[in-house]
Amino acid sequence: MTDALRIAAKALGFALVLFLLLPFVALALTLSAGDYTAAVDRGLWEALWLSLGSTTIAAAVLVLSGTPLAWWLARRSGWLARRIEGLVRLPAVTPPAVAGVALLAAFGRAGLFGEALSEAGIGIPFTLAAVVLAQLFVAAPFFVLPVADAFREVDDELLWTARSLGTGPAAVFFRVVLPMSAPTFVGGLAMAWARALGEFGATLVFAGNLPGVTQTLPIAIYTEMEGDLGPARVMALVLLGFALLLFAALRTARVERVLGKRT
Amino acid sequence: MLEARVTVRQGEFLLEAELTCRGTTVVMGPNGAGKSTLLRALLGAVRPEAGRIVYGREILFDDARAIDKPPEERGIAYVPQGYGLFPHLDVLDNVMFGIRRGRRQERIVHALSILEDLEVRELARRRPSELSGGEQQRVALARAVASSPRVLLLDEPLSALDQAARPRVRRFLADWLRGTRLRTVLVTHDASDARELADELVVLEGGQVVQRGTPDAIAFRPTTEFVAALTAGLIERDHRSVPPPGMLTEDE
Repeated sequence: MTDALRIAAKALGFALVLFLLLPFVALALTLSAGDYTAAVDRGLWEALWLSLGSTTIAAAVLVLSGTPLAWWLARRSGWLARRIEGLVRLPAVTPPAVAGVALLAAFGRAGLFGEALSEAGIGIPFTLAAVVLAQLFVAAPFFVLPVADAFREVDDELLWTARSLGTGPAAVFFRVVLPMSAPTFVGGLAMAWARALGEFGATLVFAGNLPGVTQTLPIAIYTEMEGDLGPARVMALVLLGFALLLFAALRTARVERVLGKRT
Repeated sequence: MLEARVTVRQGEFLLEAELTCRGTTVVMGPNGAGKSTLLRALLGAVRPEAGRIVYGREILFDDARAIDKPPEERGIAYVPQGYGLFPHLDVLDNVMFGIRRGRRQERIVHALSILEDLEVRELARRRPSELSGGEQQRVALARAVASSPRVLLLDEPLSALDQAARPRVRRFLADWLRGTRLRTVLVTHDASDARELADELVVLEGGQVVQRGTPDAIAFRPTTEFVAALTAGLIERDHRSVPPPGMLTEDE
């Protein structure tokens, strides 16, 4: 009985692995020779550059604003900090389409700030800015929350010790806190970046589907699905490849050194 | 000379302490007496609600004059309980952390010479996690000295060590402290530390200083039960192997 159970458990686990693997294999196996040219004709590279450019901007904004927020969350334990942490978690459980509608409600022409923005000559929906905002919105929790946890693990005593050695608070952050949190920092950034790269629903609702302006690679794939599947498969493989490449690059980067291991 | 008079309130707890440090001042007391809070006030990690902390003529804290220098400007190097070595840096980089002046090569030479003084130069490229407790302490002392402080604060410097290592490391620390010119405030709950390390002893209980003086002077005139128990420990100095009855022993 226990043997049967063990075999059944193994089989189930293995079945899941197969299920996870098969679509990727199928994606590669069903390609045909003309698909690549067709995909290029249909704007593969344009969409890819748009995806890479917009996610790079979103990732940069996320690091610049998310790092101080994570630090603040890590050093506070009060009511307000816990509420704000809950708020940061919200986009991770919000359906992307809902995020898109909410972003439109806030920044759309008829939205909450629409009038003020258009008076200032700023129109956000259906622009590159909308793409970046949608990506930032959905990716933020994947960076801020783990980084805040990593910051929390840095013992206060270590920070006071560093201060007592003549180092100001900002330098202590860059020379002690960041390097000690580097693995989580990089891992969180990779997860957030991957999430932004795959962003689809919120972008489609908030930024639309304008080739060369807001048509990121996931949206280009969706568009191709209306017609021939071949180019869509090529685009999907390219997107997958870049997501893996990005992940691998960030994971192997010697970020501790960049972040100031050397004094 | 470091002189401090501080009142620190933390919730229900009130610390009122005065302290003068010319050589090695040991602050001793049971758990919860306010020893670490006092140390943190000297360091600048805790802001006293009233008081004054002065080194020579320089005011480090004075509530009346609204002076409160940040830790990095006090010239007071802190060695926390467990030594607080930076885990992401090797020993040499830990020691170089507080060295500001000079080019990189000069700072390396300076750091290595301090490690040499503490007889741990061969550990320069090791990570803190690879060191024994005694080695970590030496590296922490080296790092503190490297920042050219005027005062050294040691919080329970021997509590992270196992029983067997303690007497040897204590001996080393006592010799080393006598050799350096640094004024040192050392916190402990262990009478053996006070006996071997203190020029002056300050006994804290419940946030108040109950007695101060040389270990010998206190030994002859204890004023509270705790001090009396401590006294027994101090008189034991010639019979070290026998822990005095009721005394805080090394395993506490």
